[in-house]
Amino acid sequence: MLRPTLLVAALAVAFPAYADADLDALRAEIKQMKTDYETRIQSLETRLQSAERQADTAGKPAAEDAAIASTTSSPSAFNPEISLILQGDYAHQRDLPERRITGFLPNGKPAGTTRGFSVNESELVIAANIDPYFRGNLIATVNDGQIGVEEAWFQTLSLSNGLTVKGGRFRSSLGYQNEQHPHAWDFATQNLMYQALFGEAYSQDGLQLKWVAPTDLFTELGAEVGRGANFPGTDRNKNGFGSYTLFGHVGGDIGDSHSWRSGLSYLSTRAAERSGTLSDFAGVPVETHYSGDSKTWVADLVWKWAPLGNATVNNFKFASELFRRTEDGSLLCSDLLAANPSSCGGGVTGAYRTVQYGGYAQGVYQFMPRWRAGYRYDRLSPGTREFGANNANLPRPNYDPTRHSLMVDYSPSEFTRFRVQYSKDRAMQGQDENQWFVQYIYSLGAHGAHSF
Amino acid sequence: MTHFRLLILFFLTLPTLAHATLNIFACEPEWGALATELGGEAITVYTATTAFQDPHHIEARPSLIAQMRRAQLAVCTGAELEIGWLPVLLRQSGNAAIQPGQPGYFEATRFVTMREKPAMLDRSQGDVHPGGNPHIQTDPRNIARVAQALAARMAEIDPGHAALYKERLNAFNTRWTAAMARWQTQALPLKGMSIAVQHQAFPYLEDWLGLKQVAVLEPKPGVEPSISHLAEIAAQLKTTPAKMVIRAAYQSPRPAQWLSEHASIPVVVVPFTVGGSARAKDLFGLYDDTIDQLLKTAP
Repeated sequence: MLRPTLLVAALAVAFPAYADADLDALRAEIKQMKTDYETRIQSLETRLQSAERQADTAGKPAAEDAAIASTTSSPSAFNPEISLILQGDYAHQRDLPERRITGFLPNGKPAGTTRGFSVNESELVIAANIDPYFRGNLIATVNDGQIGVEEAWFQTLSLSNGLTVKGGRFRSSLGYQNEQHPHAWDFATQNLMYQALFGEAYSQDGLQLKWVAPTDLFTELGAEVGRGANFPGTDRNKNGFGSYTLFGHVGGDIGDSHSWRSGLSYLSTRAAERSGTLSDFAGVPVETHYSGDSKTWVADLVWKWAPLGNATVNNFKFASELFRRTEDGSLLCSDLLAANPSSCGGGVTGAYRTVQYGGYAQGVYQFMPRWRAGYRYDRLSPGTREFGANNANLPRPNYDPTRHSLMVDYSPSEFTRFRVQYSKDRAMQGQDENQWFVQYIYSLGAHGAHSF
Repeated sequence: MTHFRLLILFFLTLPTLAHATLNIFACEPEWGALATELGGEAITVYTATTAFQDPHHIEARPSLIAQMRRAQLAVCTGAELEIGWLPVLLRQSGNAAIQPGQPGYFEATRFVTMREKPAMLDRSQGDVHPGGNPHIQTDPRNIARVAQALAARMAEIDPGHAALYKERLNAFNTRWTAAMARWQTQALPLKGMSIAVQHQAFPYLEDWLGLKQVAVLEPKPGVEPSISHLAEIAAQLKTTPAKMVIRAAYQSPRPAQWLSEHASIPVVVVPFTVGGSARAKDLFGLYDDTIDQLLKTAP
């Protein structure tokens, strides 16, 4: 290319007459070549740029595009997560006309299980993120002829700074065991403490505010206000709130193998004419109506161990809770049946002041994959009781209800569990009962994540 | 009540801790290690699990909630690997930044081509993942893909250090490409080798190195094999022999050990993720050791 140019230049010098035309042609040729190269370089540059851009977003390519392509629009993809718990048992118990925890006012719910075979409540859970701001959750129990709303709440997703608000009907975050539904229990029966305190667990319609502190040590503080209609309170048909709960939990790890959580909770509520049945000194049943304050403190501790944090083969869980409940008000005692007159007669109102204690401790050990064994000890103390005018009518037995429970369970998968439990139940004075339970629990549907 | 309100107010008005560094919550050690490669001093990484824990089954421990609450970016595998525990952490953290759908929530499996997407979803098939096999970290090419996306995400959340992340990504890519070339050369003798695996955890590794999987010890994903099932596999290996049985560091040693004794093939314990062996201190060590372990046992 250079040589002909030189040649032409030389010729041009030599033959000026021809030079002009030739030079023009040459200039045109060079210009053409230049633009050619420029376009090629430009196109190379654009290709390079687009390649770079692709490399920058290389994150997105294959998977996301493929995902978009493969998931054709399917309306059912937005269906909520649905899971169903099937639960049933065989119970071998004594035939008692009624079961009571001696020294404690009845909670209005029948204690103990049906004898023989029975399906317990089947539990239906429907949950989903509603939008970027809220999550909704419904837990319904299906039983013969009735559907119960155990929980129906919304929870915020978009508040920051560790804040979460929950509203609707929910199980209170007090204590440890309270938020767990029966399928998540480590034993076939609820512990005596929760039976005496709440029947099964404390739930209410209201609002909860929870705050997690920005610390390495897990610190959670919360407050709930609610209707307070459930035992130990009663529905009092009023504006404002009927009960409030305060709770705080701390927790953390010790090495890779140990983790723990501990907390303190306080529930304050009121009862108006909360009814129950007791017996007078002669053993004649009487009806009682309690009106007054009910204040409960609960302390809880959970400790879990798994070698190097791998719970697949062996693991151990210890849980214990203690409570102190003070009730201060008045108790109206009257005949339950007119035909069976008691010492209370048509009605005696006396003071009612109690300070009662109790708790449980349990350990569950997974001794090989799928197999666990556990022991639980329940003990309540009737504490101090002052019935005022009714001291003459109602006995105040100095009796500590206790119960020992032993269980073994087998879970072929994380969705199935079979359990055998033996309990030595001395919750009711004069009864020393051997109870047996054989239980199955199945979880169908969406994979629920379990809390600590 | 008044006291409580005051208490809440007091905690809320506490001066928020100045975040000099980007707080990253890594669900698994490989993503923690990758974030460290890309972020260096500009980030603080908390790794939620170790190589000796089964990432399918982790307790939603209080300590994890406390860490999630402070995280600005959660880096997880996704594809439902963490479905049994991560949702609890996310919901209880009270942290809007790391909720799914936010830039602060990063799922590695969204950036690689997934293998073994089940055609049928049914729990009778065991612990199957609708999104495909989530154990993507056994192929270094996937690490390279995730690195691109993760560096971009870190720059998006922490634009102040965007240049640093890009620079570190380029440096990492250079070293990673060189290392991959080295591993591939080293692993040439492994090509076409027949193996048995304890858990269906290695399709990406097999694809990368050209290994041929002839048996899985677990009858269904996540289901511990019984002795009779292992005996069947031992019998099956007589006709289609395997050179070795591979298990991850976190898995129970018993099934692979049993098969090793009854089928007379060696067990290879691969670190599976960062921290799974003494040599797997970082991502480079992870593959160095994985390849060495396989080579050492290969005939």
